[in-house]
Amino acid sequence: MTTPSVTPQVVKPKSLNCPNCGAPVEMRGFAHTLNVVCPNCLSVLDATSPEFEILQKFQRKERIEPKIPLGTRGKLGDKAFQVIGFQVREVQTGDDSYSWDEYLLFNPYYGFRYLTEYQGHWNFVRVLSALPVETKSVGKPAVEFQGRRYRHFDSLTARTNFILGEFPWQIRVGDCVDDRDFVSSPYMLSAESTPGEVTWSLGEYTPGKQIWGAFQLPGSPPPSYGVFANQPSPYEGKAGSAWSTWLWLNIALLAIALFFSMSSANREVFQNTYLFTPAMKTDAAFVTPTFELTGRTSNVEISVRTDLNNNWAYFNFALINEDTGQDFDFGREVSYYRDSDGSEGSPHDSVIVPRVPSGKYYLRVEPEMESRILQSMSYELTIHRDVPTHAFFWIAGLLLLIPPIFITVRAARFESARWRESDYAPVGPSSGGDD
Amino acid sequence: MSAPAANCPNCGAPVTFRWSSAVQTTCEFCHSILVRTDVNLERVGQVSDLPPDASPIQIGTEGVYQNKAFVVIGRIIYHYEQGYWNEWHLVYNDSTNGWLSDAQLEYDLSAQTKAPPRLPPPDEIQRGNPFEFNGKTYLATSLTRARYKGVQGELPFQFFDKTTMLFADLRTPTGEFATIDYSEDPPLLFEGRAVEFDDLHFKNLRVFEGWS
Repeated sequence: MTTPSVTPQVVKPKSLNCPNCGAPVEMRGFAHTLNVVCPNCLSVLDATSPEFEILQKFQRKERIEPKIPLGTRGKLGDKAFQVIGFQVREVQTGDDSYSWDEYLLFNPYYGFRYLTEYQGHWNFVRVLSALPVETKSVGKPAVEFQGRRYRHFDSLTARTNFILGEFPWQIRVGDCVDDRDFVSSPYMLSAESTPGEVTWSLGEYTPGKQIWGAFQLPGSPPPSYGVFANQPSPYEGKAGSAWSTWLWLNIALLAIALFFSMSSANREVFQNTYLFTPAMKTDAAFVTPTFELTGRTSNVEISVRTDLNNNWAYFNFALINEDTGQDFDFGREVSYYRDSDGSEGSPHDSVIVPRVPSGKYYLRVEPEMESRILQSMSYELTIHRDVPTHAFFWIAGLLLLIPPIFITVRAARFESARWRESDYAPVGPSSGGDD
Repeated sequence: MSAPAANCPNCGAPVTFRWSSAVQTTCEFCHSILVRTDVNLERVGQVSDLPPDASPIQIGTEGVYQNKAFVVIGRIIYHYEQGYWNEWHLVYNDSTNGWLSDAQLEYDLSAQTKAPPRLPPPDEIQRGNPFEFNGKTYLATSLTRARYKGVQGELPFQFFDKTTMLFADLRTPTGEFATIDYSEDPPLLFEGRAVEFDDLHFKNLRVFEGWS
């Protein structure tokens, strides 16, 4: 089979003059354009009728200037598109209303795309030819599309408030569509319904900076406010990884703690049992025989085990280096009470003196008790050198908790800011800015 | 595949068929609608001026879809309440034919398939209703009433006296697509899928001023 060669047919854009005001009207969408707006008097014209019949006059008094001027070309998703149409859509919510901008983009081969902008948040949108499947997620409406689940965000009626440029469909100021939005950031699925048909489109959140770069616009994009429905969370996945980091650091910490506890000598250097009789009004203070503390500078644990019962005692201790006279002073109170309802305190106590250099030491002990008491207290003093301690590891473990908790809280706040603008916002005063 | 040559009974211009099964074609010069009889070409009407259109595709455009080469040999232009769309008639290099629809530059590739004994009547085509054809489950999306706005080139049937037509469109979550054409009795079923422009590897497209 031979295919006769066909000379490429060149399609030229057409232009017209507004039948209302006479101003020239440029057209960029070739024969796709059904309606075009006169840039001067804002009349909506029928681009397909030979005399460019006026379809609608006077949309509103003030003009709205698109942030991306009509005719601007840019490369989005590897393809060149030209801005050919612009509309402002408004939603009424009770006494309040808000509006967003919609840009119609065109390429004569790849067709039409959209850019939407609301308070500095941009979405690059295309109409879908595959059908998302409606389902439920935790009892709420959702849709599934290409393996992603999109949660229902809001349902609204959008009214076209202002139009500029050209459109491949019939458009008038005042047109209304019902719209349902479903989100799975950075994507958003929207179902626009008219009585005859439902049109699904897929939007991808696109930073304003990227749009400004794509269209080579001067200056910088308008700043964005708040959190948009499908805006990617800066904490996305970070909370999870912060917790797994926390887990690994804890395992490491545990290993270090285990190593320290296994490598500590935990040597008993002294033990003796004493009797204290408060009724004897003599000086109760005494010193122990000297004992040797060896090894690296490390801690010393002094334990007291008493036979106190419904009573208390106070011990003044001083750990004194025989050679240098350096002393470590401290006091401990031991009290133990019990009755039929239960008990309070403990007859035993221990204290750790940190960073004691090696050397010869003795302990000065001065017990005190209520002097009216007639009984004696028997107690056993035990001194251990280099005992394993875990306090540091507990503190480190707690400090390590701070980053994951911080990130988790920030992530949760971002999500709650996102959903505050949805149909599922918590009831109550929610207007106005929160951070 | 033969390319039988004949002359237009109206103006005498040569008429070439690129597809042996074509039933009808149009004369490139006088726009007569010509129907193939056993030996002759019979003039059955005249194409009125085609509406201006901005499809990048034209008669003679070639493409390859999934390693199957095709050439565009004819088209039907439909008009409906939202505007126009083109059904481009394709013949593949294995002599089968198919359709490439271009509705505002959204492309669907399809071919007539064996219809089940009973296709749903139009009143059963409610948005979201599921229907199974040839092992695939489609969901109804719309019913479209359209009018012939013009024809060009070779077609597998005679077009005239079909002024208004009714189509049901159905789609799947994965981009497959089906159309029921109620203008025939019994209705015809076409199945295919939505395709991306780049997946059709076109050659010989129209050129748009200002776009290279």
